Amino acid sequence: MAIDEKLRIEMGKQGVFVTTLNELYNWGRKNSIWPMQFGLACCAIEMIATTMARYDIARFGAEVFRPSPRQADMMIISGTVTKKMAPQVVRLYNQMAEPRYVIAMGACAISGGPFKQGYNVLKGIDRYIPVDVHIPGCPPRPEALLDAFVTLQKKIAAQPLTGEGRPRHLDENGTAEFPVPVQGEHDLEPPSNPTQWKAPFVIL
Amino acid sequence: MKSVEQIKAAIEAAVPGAALEALTNPGPSAQHSLLVDPQHAPAIARFLRDDEELALDYLSNVTGVDWPVKEVTEKVKVTKTVDGIEQSVEETIKRTTGGYLEAVYHLYSMRKKHGPVTLRMRTINRTDQVGLPSLTPVWRSAEYQEREVFDLYGIVFSNHPDLRRIMMWDEFKDYPMRRDYVEPDDYDYEPTPHDDVLAKARAHQQRLGASGEEISQ
Repeated sequence: MAIDEKLRIEMGKQGVFVTTLNELYNWGRKNSIWPMQFGLACCAIEMIATTMARYDIARFGAEVFRPSPRQADMMIISGTVTKKMAPQVVRLYNQMAEPRYVIAMGACAISGGPFKQGYNVLKGIDRYIPVDVHIPGCPPRPEALLDAFVTLQKKIAAQPLTGEGRPRHLDENGTAEFPVPVQGEHDLEPPSNPTQWKAPFVIL
Repeated sequence: MKSVEQIKAAIEAAVPGAALEALTNPGPSAQHSLLVDPQHAPAIARFLRDDEELALDYLSNVTGVDWPVKEVTEKVKVTKTVDGIEQSVEETIKRTTGGYLEAVYHLYSMRKKHGPVTLRMRTINRTDQVGLPSLTPVWRSAEYQEREVFDLYGIVFSNHPDLRRIMMWDEFKDYPMRRDYVEPDDYDYEPTPHDDVLAKARAHQQRLGASGEEISQ
């Protein structure tokens, strides 16, 4: 950032390490993201496979999956979000402490997936909470989840600490709490969070 | 295992006053079903479970069917007097079928290893008289499945130990698996629609204006 990369490598070879506060801060944050134990459906099985011996997400820093949202840094929405469960997902997200991140894993979490026309299916969790990384797939392979994790790490590394684009916990005007939808008589109310998600225009 | 006719005869002998009807299934599986009247259904269920020969002790599935009112026109040959001569004439008769909700039970026997026996129970209509007796006191596996039928079709089971919605939330008002269920209009983002989803997405865009970005209640 402030120093030429080649110069930095040369100096590193001589034993002099230069960095910026921004890089150091983000390096600590991105290499130690602890997810929350949160699996909804079939994608949760792939998430469990990613934590097991063959694909091992602990190598990337997700050492333990915290059961409590208060202690977790990230929530992996793995599986179909039903309208019955959606208020609970938003509540859990509200209970997580900043900095917090969301990975929407699988087609159901992104947009409703193969069950999109179901009477109880929420068409994507990004209608209510901000999502940082979307992983397509049904289910995505464990390698895809690892790739998403690395993408999230790159995203965190690129976050500045001041100015535009800084993370929410350093922004006093950032949104802290997202409104929890109410289970109404025919649908969730509101059907989506208008400040959070606007339907992209599609030419039909 | 006995055929449907034999089972019907056995039930009529054991439970007096039961009104039964054997409905034939015209498909190749030939799984005929037994239409049972709601008043005697618990007694019939107990007989089917406790009988030594039938021993239907496992209820594997309870499901619901919605039969909306349908007009059926049939061509029937009727003997009529036409011009003084008795002939058989083809007449078109219109009748209405349906107008009720139905609960279907599939029974197997774990002891005797035979099955399935299919029972059907119909409500009186689809609007206000939608009660049926619950068979949970006879087969415990009916408990959650009858809750599902209540949630999705609206059949109210009497004598059910815990009748409440199981898939939708308690404040939900509709019955999603009925034929006249109108789903909420959340077709605001359909990236690759086709067939009827395309029609719904287009209707949604027309309703909310050409841009389709304002989500109004």
